Amino acid sequence: MGKLEGKVAFITGAARGQGRSHAVRLAEEGADIIAVDLLEQVGTIDYPMSSQADLDETVSQVEALDRRIHAVKADVRDIEALTAAYRAGVAELGPVDIVLANAGIAQLGSAEPDPVVTFNDVVDINLRGVWNTVWPIAQDMVDRGQGGAIVLTSSTQGLTGRGSDGSAGALGYAAAKHGVVGLMRSFANWLSPHGIRVNTVHPTGVSTPMVMNEVIGKYVAENPDAAAMVANLMPVDLIEARDISNAIAFLVSDEGRYITGVTLPVDAGFLAR
Amino acid sequence: MGKLEGKVAFITGAARGQGRSHAVRLAQEGADVIAVDLCGQVGSVGYPLATADDLAETVRQVEALDRRIVATHADVRDTAALKAAVDEGVAQLGRLDIVLANAGIASFAPVEDLDDAMWDDMLDINLTGVFKTVRAALPHLRAGGRGGAIVLTSSTAGIMGLPNLAHYVAAKHGVVGLMKVLALELAPEMIRVNSVHPTSVDTDMIHNEQTYGVFRPDKPAGEVTRDDVGEAFQGLNALPVKWVDPVDISNAILFLVSDDARYVTGVQLPVDAGSVIK
Repeated sequence: MGKLEGKVAFITGAARGQGRSHAVRLAEEGADIIAVDLLEQVGTIDYPMSSQADLDETVSQVEALDRRIHAVKADVRDIEALTAAYRAGVAELGPVDIVLANAGIAQLGSAEPDPVVTFNDVVDINLRGVWNTVWPIAQDMVDRGQGGAIVLTSSTQGLTGRGSDGSAGALGYAAAKHGVVGLMRSFANWLSPHGIRVNTVHPTGVSTPMVMNEVIGKYVAENPDAAAMVANLMPVDLIEARDISNAIAFLVSDEGRYITGVTLPVDAGFLAR
Repeated sequence: MGKLEGKVAFITGAARGQGRSHAVRLAQEGADVIAVDLCGQVGSVGYPLATADDLAETVRQVEALDRRIVATHADVRDTAALKAAVDEGVAQLGRLDIVLANAGIASFAPVEDLDDAMWDDMLDINLTGVFKTVRAALPHLRAGGRGGAIVLTSSTAGIMGLPNLAHYVAAKHGVVGLMKVLALELAPEMIRVNSVHPTSVDTDMIHNEQTYGVFRPDKPAGEVTRDDVGEAFQGLNALPVKWVDPVDISNAILFLVSDDARYVTGVQLPVDAGSVIK
């Protein structure tokens, strides 16, 4: 008997990386999944974003666990399209108990032909996208009166600015990820009386395509100072998406039933240094 | 297959309350337990502390799960007694992987009414006792060469101030400082150190005449019931609950000490029904 039997989880950025890992981990515990992802390139981002084939792979991994999944293309910057995707998922799978605002981008270590566009893209997806994701669903959760659990994916850069190089990408990323903490605290206060819990997770560098790509590899190789952004306290370079999923599975399960308003680093001690 | 199969955990304050709950929860996941408790009174504490019978009940519950437990009466203020207890436990159980510094007391007074005994007992047990617990256990953790996990029980009072609790707040904030230094010192050996920060927990530490008097000063001492204090306790929390159960803290600790949190260290984890962000 899984810890999330009978629950439905809405997950953004679910085509690959942490999002796929969360979908699979929650499905292992019995949850059905509504998965969305952008599935196209963002103008200023020069590593490859996820594809339809990636989302198809998430679908097949969840279905292999005998769970149901409703997977659609949707942009977290478009609240109407995102909400429509959510409602279609609810129509198929039932009301949502769990929301994981996971979708995010990082533009680190590459040329910025237009820093204003880069900053705006990062904040638009990594901060406003989180609000777009949670706000409509939270109102349904309140109306339904059955509680719920929401986890926003922030970052170590949501609690520190260590390692910044002053680029628009780095500044936008830290600003957005700090902003996510503010959203979490405000959501948590609003939703607590309704038994809806809201927390953030703060990963250090995770071995996913957002980090393990040629652009960032070249940047770190050429800029030893940039290694400060990913230097952990424990003797480990990158952690696995599964480590974040395990923390989230704890937070959204009944084992975390009285945990709300918490910033939970999963960071190999990065923030403790 | 439990998450802690083959592991051994050292737990202070294990006779009842959160400590017993931790012992049982970890045993459910396959751990053997080295348990200590004072099993006696402390002068400045105005409610009954755990007894030898309580510790015997913890032993019974762990053994009922088919796990081994070595239980000793020991005072966290007594370095020699702690060392003897953990040395003997490791000699019998073979190893040490997990340390839970859980033992603690509560008393209440505004700062100018705190007498020296209240302050000294509090700091001796709730802060120095944590240091002595970890110091006694560390040689065994390190000797294993397999890493390990330490969880220090702080409190919401380790993050924020609460009136009538200056000594408790100072001790529980001190625990956070200790946790941060231990995390730094032990990370190279893959020994992780975190703190948990419970709001009010449904144990004898809050359900007693002394604590009830603080929450309902309007009623005659000795006449306050559990029902009378619920609203005041709930006022501390953001979620609509009066207090949390010991197992809620145990579940958080289980997460922290298991491989599910293999890269979580240096973290303060509130289990507080939103008390801190309220």
